[in-house]
Order: sequence, then C-alpha cells, then structure tokens
Amino acid sequence: MTPGDVNPAGVDLPLEPLPGHSSRGRLERVLRRGEFAVTAELNPPDSANAQDVFERAAVFEGWVDGINAVDASGANCHMSSVGICALLTRMGIATIMQISCRDRNRIAIQGDVLGAAAMGVSNILCLTGDGVQAGDQPGAKPVFDLDCMSLMETVRIMRDNGKFLSGRKLTTPPEVFLGAAINPFAPPFDFRPHRLAKKIAAGAQFVQSQYCYDVPMFRDYMQRVRDLGLAEQCFILCGVGPLASARTARWMRANVPGVHIPDSVVERLEGAQDQKKEGKRLCIDIINEVKEIGGVSGIHVMAYRQEEFVAEIVAESGVLKGRQPWRREFRPDDVLVAEKLDHILHDEEAQSPVDMVKQAAH
Amino acid sequence: MSDKRPVVTQAMRVKEAAANKSAYNPADVSPQRRVRSHYTVRLWSVRHSRFLEWLYARFASIFLLLHPFWKAVGYERAERPVKFVERHVKGFLFDCRMCGQCILSSTGMSCPMNCPKQLRNGPCGGVRANGNCEVEPDMPCVWVQAWTGSRQMIADDAIFDVQKPVDQSLRETSAWLRATAEAAAQKEHGRKEAA
Repeated sequence: MTPGDVNPAGVDLPLEPLPGHSSRGRLERVLRRGEFAVTAELNPPDSANAQDVFERAAVFEGWVDGINAVDASGANCHMSSVGICALLTRMGIATIMQISCRDRNRIAIQGDVLGAAAMGVSNILCLTGDGVQAGDQPGAKPVFDLDCMSLMETVRIMRDNGKFLSGRKLTTPPEVFLGAAINPFAPPFDFRPHRLAKKIAAGAQFVQSQYCYDVPMFRDYMQRVRDLGLAEQCFILCGVGPLASARTARWMRANVPGVHIPDSVVERLEGAQDQKKEGKRLCIDIINEVKEIGGVSGIHVMAYRQEEFVAEIVAESGVLKGRQPWRREFRPDDVLVAEKLDHILHDEEAQSPVDMVKQAAH
Repeated sequence: MSDKRPVVTQAMRVKEAAANKSAYNPADVSPQRRVRSHYTVRLWSVRHSRFLEWLYARFASIFLLLHPFWKAVGYERAERPVKFVERHVKGFLFDCRMCGQCILSSTGMSCPMNCPKQLRNGPCGGVRANGNCEVEPDMPCVWVQAWTGSRQMIADDAIFDVQKPVDQSLRETSAWLRATAEAAAQKEHGRKEAA
C-alpha cells in the first residue's frame, strides 16, 4: 500500500505534483520512490463502443501502474489513443498515451497534447511509429513531420517553457511525464546507448523497451547504458510478453519489425507439452532475470491478445512485492461531472426558454 | 428503400487489388524508393565520408570567399543555377532529396531524408538484423550507414546532437547558399564584435 499517493486534503481530490515532479500521475511517484513499476499495453478495440475499452482495461485493474494506449501500432487502424485515454481517464485509470509521428503533423500533435493533458493524461510516450507499408492501409500518406526526438523536445518545450513550437505562449502548460521507446535488439548496436542519451537530452524521463527475449543482449546494453551514466537520468522499463506458441514466435520474428527472438527461446517453446503455459513461464523467467539487472526500474508487459495473463504474470513473478499499484485517480473536473449528474437527477428547474427569460428578468 | 446497391468498402478494394495483380506490379514498396538511384554511389560516399568531409570543408570556405560575388550577383539570382548544380551533384552522391537544410556532416555523409520515415535523429527500432530497412527490405538502413560513416569522420560527435524538426518551407531551396550566407553573417558579426 502506498498511503502517500492520495491528496492529504481529501481522497476525492486530484493529486498535487510533488516538488521536482513534472506530472500529477502516480507512475512518476512510483518510479521516483524507487519502486519497481509495472505497465501494460491495452489492445485497442476496432469498435465505437466505450464498453469494449472498459472491459479490456478491467483485466489490468489493481495490477499495473499505467496502461499504454497505443496509437495505431503496426500502422493498423484502431480506436485512437486520444479516444482511449479520454475514456479511461474518465474512469480514473492511469494511462500512458502514445503519440506516433506517422499520422499527424506538428499542429495536430501539439493540439492533442494539450487536449490529453486537460483530460487528465499524465504520461505521454513519444514514438516515431511504424511505416504505413507495415499496416492494413499501405496506400495512406506517411506524415512523419516530426520524429520521436523532435516530438519529445516539442512536448518538453510546451511543458517546461509554456510555449508552442512557434513560440506562442500557453496559459496552462501540460503537466506530463515524458516517455520514449528503446530497442536494444536492433543494429547499429554501438549507437543504441547513445541514442538513449539523445532521447534523454530531448526530454525523456522514462523509457519502455521493445520485447526482451534475449536477456544477455539486454544485460550488455544496460552495462553500456550504466557506463554512460544514463541509468540515473531516466527510468528504464524492460518490455516483456508471453509468446502463445513456437509458431507465434516464428511469425513475430519474421513479420514484426524490430523483434529479436533467439533460437533457444523457440526451441524451448517447441519442446514444451503446453506451449501457451510454457510461454507464460518463459515470460516470468525473463522478468525474474531482468529485474536483477542494475538500472532497470520496471517492466512493461505487452501481452497481445493474452491480456488476461498479465495479472498472473505480475502475481507469479512477485515484482510488486505486495504493493498495490493504483487505485482510481481523481480529476479536477470530477466535481463538475458530479454536479452535472446531480442536476440531471434531482433539480427540476424551469427549462423552457420563456420561463428562463422570466427568471432572469427578476 | 428496397433497391439496395451493393456496398463497396475501401477494405474490399484493397483486398481486390491484392488478389488481382496485373501484369505490372512495382517491385518497390514506397515512393521514396522508386526515385532512388542505385545504392552503389550512396554507399561509396559513406565509405569515403572522411574524404568528403574534408572536401566539403574546402568547398564551404571557397563558397564563403565568393560571398561578395554572390552578393554582387544577388543571392536570389544565383539561386537557380546553384540549385541546379547542387541538386545534381548531391543527387548523384547522396540521393539528395533537397530538404534545403543539409545535415550530412552530422550523419556520416548518409542522407537521412532517404529514410522512409525521414528520421533525422537516429535509427528507428525496426532495423533488420542484417542492417537493412524495415520498410524497404533490400535497402541498407541509412542510419546504420550513418553510424559507420560518422565513425571515420573528424567531427565524429556531431551525430549525438539532437536535430530540430525539418522546416518544410525550406524544401527545394539551396542549402549551400543558405549555409554560406549564414556563415558570412556570423563572420561579419564576429568582426563587428572584435572592433
């Protein structure tokens, strides 16, 4: 339990940012306290039904510190990350909004950042995004107006300097905890730690890695990151996920860009009686190995289409050490919403315009 | 209401196009790739990044010496012929895209605008194990090339600088003349401050 994570003035009030913190969110508090953080990824629905989002988020409740709302990952069209965040923050669920540069230019992105912060999103993850050719609509126009680095710098300037990229002033800057993605498993390997340094220079405060199935490779990367002194400047979350079967592993290796799965992993799955169970076991083993690596502040569980396993994985690996990740958060406008509901349910005011004019005349 | 027309969706069109391939199917996936020359020259430039860095430095100082001449002719009037030469020289050597804000010296003489995502700050996470692009499977990743190229250069830490977003309004303009005019202004400023 983390009693520090409620507003001392009342549990029904939104959190105030602590000194030195850049957001009001609990994810930043957990990381800065030095606790092992757990985040997960929500599989965005292909529907216009809010209930679908709530159902998919419900399986994570009480197990993770934040839910990633993906922005058309793999260039496949789904419900937008802004939409998902709007729904989840309304329910008080901590979200990490992903923004990719593939679909929107700098004007749209800066507007979305303000909108998201206003809705209560306190974590933003800046990505470049997959090429449109990878997705279901390869005829789309790739935008890539910014790249992940300049996007991050843009949001940081908005937050810290209270300005748009153009220099125009913001009345209320967005209070967000800024994240980025890293992939230690793709060439050029020598450049990867330096790229993390660049991301930190651009404003990254936490990073989530690509799926880690090759622990020695990750350990190597972390060693070089620590040598550069980067582990103190930013919180590193290692990406993990269960593989459903050896076939899925082979398919992912061949078709998902940037995923590196060593042969030993595929062989281990192939040799198992129940491949799905073994995939889960493998994921837990990897978590237990990476949590011991210096500089790793948490894990990011990406259990695509196996979201129901996230709770089991987190529970069985014991990374939370008995800590309860989040309770629902409160937003500044919750009071307004409650008032509105109260008004609809209880007040029987004169609603006709004629009566309203009469009332105003008195 | 009863006469229902068959609904044709975008997804159906995509599916149809994938199923009925015509005799002509372009081998390349993205528009960037289609206008490329062969990678041979581009890769040569990266291999000789140190020589090109030296050459560029000489060339820039000659251009700067010519500043009075450019001013006399008028930068606006010089733009067309210079741009013509620049486009063809850089197009041949680097597959230049004329973004108008050249950063070849910080990217190991490998033009980042050839990246299908036009990344100017380093490789994406999708680089294949063989060092090729995720979008164009047989194109060597420009950032893997940039890293190897930058290792041979004297200013080998320029690749660690965070680059500003591309100013799209400068597309199809001469980076050479802009850099020269800026260097001249800086020189002027320095001289004024010294005086």
